[in-house]
Amino acid sequence: MKEKIIEKILLLIALSSILILALITFFIFEEGLPLIMKIGPKAFLLGEKWIPSKGLFGIFPMIASSFWVTFGALLFGIPLGLACTIFISELIPPSIGTLFRPAIQLLAAIPSVIYGFWGLIVLVPLIRNYFGGPGLSILAGSLVLGFMILPTIITISEDSLKALPPSYKAGALALGATHWQTIWRVLIPAARSGIVASIILGMGRAIGETMAMIMILGNAVKMPSSFLDSARTLTTNIGIEMGYASGDHRQALFATGIILFFIIMALNTLAIFLSRRRVH
Amino acid sequence: MSQGSKIVIKDFTFYYDSSQALRNINLAIRPKEIFTIFGPARSGKTTILKSLNRLTDLTLGTRHTGAIFLDGIDIYDPKVDLTQLRRRIGMVFDLPTALPMSIFDNVAYGPRLIKIVQGKRLAEIVEKALRSAVLWEEVKDRLHTSALRLSGGQQQRLCLARTLALEPEVLMLDEPCSGLDPISTASIEETLVQLKKDYTIILVPHNIQQASRVADRAGFFLNGDLVEEGTVYQIFTKPLDKRTEDYVTGRFG
Amino acid sequence: MIINRTRYLTQGIAKILIWMGALSTIAVMILILFQILKEGLPVLTLRFFLESPKSMGREGGIFSTLIGTAALTVVAILVGAPFGVGTAVFLREYTQESKISRVIRFGTDCLAGVPSIIFGLFGFVFFVIKLNMGWSILSGGLTLSAMILPTVISTAEESIKAVPNSYREVSYSLGGTRWQTVTRVVLPNALPGIFTGILLSIGRSIGETAAVILTAGSSLVMPTSLFSPIRTMSVHFYILAREGISMEMAYGTGAALILLVLMINMVAQWLINRYIRHRT
Repeated sequence: MKEKIIEKILLLIALSSILILALITFFIFEEGLPLIMKIGPKAFLLGEKWIPSKGLFGIFPMIASSFWVTFGALLFGIPLGLACTIFISELIPPSIGTLFRPAIQLLAAIPSVIYGFWGLIVLVPLIRNYFGGPGLSILAGSLVLGFMILPTIITISEDSLKALPPSYKAGALALGATHWQTIWRVLIPAARSGIVASIILGMGRAIGETMAMIMILGNAVKMPSSFLDSARTLTTNIGIEMGYASGDHRQALFATGIILFFIIMALNTLAIFLSRRRVH
Repeated sequence: MSQGSKIVIKDFTFYYDSSQALRNINLAIRPKEIFTIFGPARSGKTTILKSLNRLTDLTLGTRHTGAIFLDGIDIYDPKVDLTQLRRRIGMVFDLPTALPMSIFDNVAYGPRLIKIVQGKRLAEIVEKALRSAVLWEEVKDRLHTSALRLSGGQQQRLCLARTLALEPEVLMLDEPCSGLDPISTASIEETLVQLKKDYTIILVPHNIQQASRVADRAGFFLNGDLVEEGTVYQIFTKPLDKRTEDYVTGRFG
Repeated sequence: MIINRTRYLTQGIAKILIWMGALSTIAVMILILFQILKEGLPVLTLRFFLESPKSMGREGGIFSTLIGTAALTVVAILVGAPFGVGTAVFLREYTQESKISRVIRFGTDCLAGVPSIIFGLFGFVFFVIKLNMGWSILSGGLTLSAMILPTVISTAEESIKAVPNSYREVSYSLGGTRWQTVTRVVLPNALPGIFTGILLSIGRSIGETAAVILTAGSSLVMPTSLFSPIRTMSVHFYILAREGISMEMAYGTGAALILLVLMINMVAQWLINRYIRHRT
């Protein structure tokens, strides 16, 4: 009957996100796996030379750079993100909070190319002048990236704090704790799993960022040894060379995508798992 | 169970998940009477009503044993058309639930579901339903304004009109006057007595006084059991069961 | 009593640091926007919007990119919105919490975490190459529709959830079928929220760059059909900035981009406020 047909159609529509996920996984692997098999996983993952014209496709420097930049971003973003979270939920009256929250959403809505541009125009010369090096550096990337992941950390951490029973705060204050002690020793630890989930999601976002990083990291394929070095991450590797790559080279970029995909899926699954646990 | 009953409930037991809401109910409702189902809270009154039009199907984890017959046909038979059943047994809920649309659209909602859309016929149906619910005079000039602007009593009569627009055979009202002032309550009660000519009515009253004012026969529900049933006169003046007597005289409730 | 003083001292320092952190976050955001708008607003003349880029973008305006952005966004919404709303309807009205719904939700959450460069790779292989659509509005739009799916699904689900159950009960009790109840009562009342989700998706599509470059190309020629390649505003901005073609044009494009995204987000915020107030 008509209702049964409609239900089946809606089921098919609802399965589209699974279908797309499956397609993405399939095609990334289909294009990239042959190359990994061809040169061997060890050579691919641990090789330190990326010279497509010679058939050398080692992405270890990119993996390292991705983690360096992300680490720097977290170093910058976690304290700032927590500060803003605490600020919004505890230090200002709710009426001003309603002004702040849209501002954070706005932060998230700004396209990454705008952040990259600003980093290029303002941060890079600043770093070059005050710290030396080319300016196009991991430091610049970390600063911009740290800023870009703030909305992720703030909104989810704030939700975690809001979800706490009010008795936690009331109880702590009643026992004579100061406001700050209550925040730092009671509320934040209680919201711990949500905050950690937000950080992991922020990490995933950071590792996946492409455009801003292309614009401010420079393009150096080498093992990073300082925050002032230029670098190339997994994402910028793909983004920069995809435009003109072909054959094995192109496959190697897809293979880079496989590694990126793995890392981010692992991070996101962890975050989902953590936040589901928190609900129960 | 008597022939010619409109509704026959036979050995009906009902569970929400693991909690039992109704225990072995046996009841017959006669055509064109007002039957009132009364009792303290949580006795299964709303459950029995919602079982009659199978609105309980919407909740997860419910199950039942026994049967309910409408004009001799088991309503839980898989071949029964659910939408038709619900049109034959109409329900008015305890809170006025006007849909967020115009007065006209509210009353026309049911007919439109079965494709009655021709302008003139639809308008006639809407007017007839509003007149039966004694609301026509008050709203005839503002049929296309939002129903949410009506008062509580008017909204409740709108819900009645909405149900009547489908010309059901049975009308179930679950505490239709809760939250309404005495004047609105009185007008609804009057309407019910008028409607008895054409409809079989099952009423869960707001209080015992309403039950005795309006109904022909009554059934006392307590904790999922049908304790006693009979004419209103008999139940309220000479109850056979002590529990009925205690409730009716106000010793608990 | 000395102990008491330390506690309050700690609190004081902590609060000052947090205020500094939160305010500097807002300050940086304002700085970024201000910088680009300051240099870019003067460039935004009527001619700028109505002329297409000339000599690789060194002169002229951004007209063809406006068309490109609009075309891509329209395709993305036309495909993504029905699938997203359909999925939400299925999850909320046609199933309870079951294996199927958990799998679908997991897929949607994962999809939300996939970085845009991976979508770009996928869109390139699947739409551009395998389905032979070439770099085109269609390839880009379809890729974008997959990217906005999670956003549409979650906002649609929230809006549908917010429709009072009593409305549904009324519809069913009057003999309505499930589909009738969905189309006549649930969706009309969930529309404002769904629309907000679509607006947010539009904002996201406009700012998206990595996936678009790999699937829609970067041609400055006015498109003639769905199969024409196009350059969107964000891609144009990126190319101008990275190749250093014209700072003036870059600032102008960037300013236009920011204004567009800001406007859309503010309308969405306003809708959310109005919608929430309307509900309560």
